[in-house]
Amino acid sequence: MSKPIVATTSLAGCFGCHMSFLDIDERILDLIELVEFNKSPINDIKKFTKMCDIGLIEGGCCNDENVHILKDFRAHCKILVSVGECAIMGGLPALRNSFSLKECLDEAYLNGPSVVANNEEGVIPNDEELPILLDKVYPCHEVVRIDYHLPGCPPSADLIFDALYALVTNQPLKLPYEVVKFD
Amino acid sequence: MAQTIKFTIDGVECTAKKGQYIVDAATENHIYIPTLCNIPGVKPRGSCRICSVRVNGRMMTACTTPVSEGMEIENKDPDIEDIRKAIIELMFTEGNHFCPSCEKSGNCELQALAYRYQMLAPRFKFMFPKRRLEATHPKLIKDHNRCILCKRCIRAIKDEEGHSLFAFARRGHNVEIIIDTKYSKNMTDEQAREAADICPVGAILVKERAYTDPIGKRKYDKQPIGSDIENL
Repeated sequence: MSKPIVATTSLAGCFGCHMSFLDIDERILDLIELVEFNKSPINDIKKFTKMCDIGLIEGGCCNDENVHILKDFRAHCKILVSVGECAIMGGLPALRNSFSLKECLDEAYLNGPSVVANNEEGVIPNDEELPILLDKVYPCHEVVRIDYHLPGCPPSADLIFDALYALVTNQPLKLPYEVVKFD
Repeated sequence: MAQTIKFTIDGVECTAKKGQYIVDAATENHIYIPTLCNIPGVKPRGSCRICSVRVNGRMMTACTTPVSEGMEIENKDPDIEDIRKAIIELMFTEGNHFCPSCEKSGNCELQALAYRYQMLAPRFKFMFPKRRLEATHPKLIKDHNRCILCKRCIRAIKDEEGHSLFAFARRGHNVEIIIDTKYSKNMTDEQAREAADICPVGAILVKERAYTDPIGKRKYDKQPIGSDIENL
């Protein structure tokens, strides 16, 4: 039987969840025996080459590229897991949700104390190559269906490993009290 | 001597003094009923509804309902537990609760309840309301993003003459906590700390205190909220 295939991505996140994932230390050797990785920053595979069993999503959706990638993951993964606070509730990027997009851009490119000297013409970047920002930052489960959620900022390496292990070995996931935290 | 009465919680026979509120009587019988707006010893308000129990078949708030002889209380029923979880999820989605950037994280009662009820992601949509952060008071910061309007600060923090230092301003969904500038003028450092500690979430913070306890040593890092009552 072929190994289950795992894909991962970081949307509007800080890569902290991926760092925490790598914190499984030597267990990564067990993991490699258990699963095969497809599209992921860990192996630098940029595009899906086949259907995957599990997709791990870090970060929420703050622009149209995030939405595009998330929908691509939904289409290519049988199970999608939101990993971390940003994927689950927008996290730090969602602090901008209390302001209008215009207010954010004005502060970042026009009115911020550090940008005035460099932006005398008052240009807000609008090159068509740039992803278009959404009106606010959305949690992943408000964009596509998400099957499981692993909270934490970041979720501990134990939580990520145990969840992944439970999924690929088809065992119930135990969630000890100390492991599920929001910070 | 106060009259002793008998009642049951989930079929377990309990005793209490007549007139005791259900939540206090349960605590004395080592049974945990979750609370958020309740402060032991202060007149209950029943605003958060998290302590909802089924009393003789009807939903009641355990913090405002006195026990009576022969009362049959259901507490750990799966439907009731799900209602409580839904209330927690409503609070998380109604305000802006960014735990990773909150000083109260680890000591927050709302977060602790979410841990106890294992909220992995709320079932409701996040509202992301626009709320203010106020730092005009010389000793306190108010972060309205996190306020759950439990009125604990209003009911517990008073001056020597019994005036509340906090109050509600405005109405409906615009309601928010304000600090009475007149009565809070002479607020002591101790009172400021008390106000921050009485707040179940991180809506009232003491200026220049910031993070105090390292991760792993905070109140709810290792033990679920309520375990002190259950393990007495």
